[in-house]
Amino acid sequence: MLADIIEYDFLRNTFLTGLLIGIIAPLLGTFIVVRRLSLIADALSHVTLAGIAFGLLLEKKFAATIVTPLYGGMAFSVIGSIFIEKLRGVYKAYEELAIPIILSGGVGLSLIFISLADGFNTELFNFLFGSVSAVSQKDFLSILGISIFVIIVIFLFYKELFTLSFDEEHASVSGIHAKRIHFLFIILTALVIAASIRIVGVLLVSALMTLPVASAMRLARGFKQTIILSVIFGELAVVLGLFSGYYFSIPPGGTIVLVSIIILLLSISAKRFTFNSKRERESA
Amino acid sequence: MTESVVTMNKIHYAYDNKPVLSNVNFEIPRGALMGLIGPNGGGKTTLIKLILGLLKPDNGSISLFGQPINKFKEWNKIGFVSQKSNTFNKGFPATVFEVVSMGLTAKIGYLKFLTKQHKEIILQAIEQVGMSDYAHQNVGNLSGGQQQRVFIARSLVNDPELLILDEPTVGVDHENVQRFYDLLERLNNKRNITLLLVTHDTGIITEHATDIVCLNRTLHFHGDPKEYTSLTDRDLSNFYGHPVNVVSHDH
Repeated sequence: MLADIIEYDFLRNTFLTGLLIGIIAPLLGTFIVVRRLSLIADALSHVTLAGIAFGLLLEKKFAATIVTPLYGGMAFSVIGSIFIEKLRGVYKAYEELAIPIILSGGVGLSLIFISLADGFNTELFNFLFGSVSAVSQKDFLSILGISIFVIIVIFLFYKELFTLSFDEEHASVSGIHAKRIHFLFIILTALVIAASIRIVGVLLVSALMTLPVASAMRLARGFKQTIILSVIFGELAVVLGLFSGYYFSIPPGGTIVLVSIIILLLSISAKRFTFNSKRERESA
Repeated sequence: MTESVVTMNKIHYAYDNKPVLSNVNFEIPRGALMGLIGPNGGGKTTLIKLILGLLKPDNGSISLFGQPINKFKEWNKIGFVSQKSNTFNKGFPATVFEVVSMGLTAKIGYLKFLTKQHKEIILQAIEQVGMSDYAHQNVGNLSGGQQQRVFIARSLVNDPELLILDEPTVGVDHENVQRFYDLLERLNNKRNITLLLVTHDTGIITEHATDIVCLNRTLHFHGDPKEYTSLTDRDLSNFYGHPVNVVSHDH
């Protein structure tokens, strides 16, 4: 594949895009997991599908190229994230209700857009399960922009995001603008999901945001270590997943998730041999 | 006359027309280690929320450090360790150092980063609560008493003059409760932090506190611990509305 990556533009785009989402998905995913919001990623990915279907519909019926599937997905994802926040406010005692509402809404809308466009087979399949050949130069540049934006924002607001994730009440009492920071966080999540879908697909995007984090949490000490390990595991999964997907002609979504699960299993069994856990047992 | 850090004057507060506090007059003198006791639903947590400005009284006035509460700006003078602190997500991957550093987040401000100086302050606070050996352990792996120490350290980084603790010893075993109170006494004596402690440990608190306040909708007792322990069981039953056993900390 290495030679092919150098030779074919589309493969290079895919590979570089994969490297980018291997950073941003686990990076943001760490905050999502510790806040117990893993399912929000799933709900938003299905809303993103509706946006993608909308973009594909416009392309097919009106030959409109302003709303590309990527931008359509991004717009829907951001709107969906705002809806989730509103719903969580409405059902304070049942915050998780927002997730099935938004998820089913996303699937429903997708179905309508897809049938309005009389179905679009291959391309839709690529969006559902990811693809090694779907990334255009334009998409790559957009995802590069999103990635830089996400990394800078997380870097600048790291301590606020971290404080808020650990203890929302304490954060508010101490004078952090909890609502605004949370809003920023949910927008970032929407952007990362939209960016990741090209490679891993709608159905598996939340896996890339949660599985590397689940593995890292077993081994890391502290939050920063968890983030660093998550990103390393994410990159490993993306690279190995893309290569094996390419060689065996399998959608990379599937191979990336399988590699992630293998890493997870290894980290669960490795835990007992680490110096880390020995020290922790002694201190308990 | 000793200066008071909190003054409450004729405070009334009701949740949905159900009075929780009525005619509460109350002062915390600077340097006190005050134990606030009383039955569940007696308004202890409400009182704390009023002091923290999270609730506004229906009637009456509150002053903090000699200033009316609505003019008070120096909130970093007041540290708070909530009852909820020990219900945090135990699986959260954060080290003791990282948790304590969160105490500085708001003070440092947006778009600024932890400096070497901040790190010194954090390590110092961890040392003061006797947790230096655990600074780089995950906080979820510590015992309940150790976790409470970490949360106190998170308040200490802001150099509070008043520290409010809401039932900090719930879920802490007996031996560690004793050590916990020793720590509070040290903070009180060595760092001159005024402490307000909500507790059910009516026995042990009388050994350590300088003042005891008993609250059940209104103040039933305010005095020093000796007076409190000399109260008869009948007096106490009147405060609580039911019989109580003073030495109830070893249940």
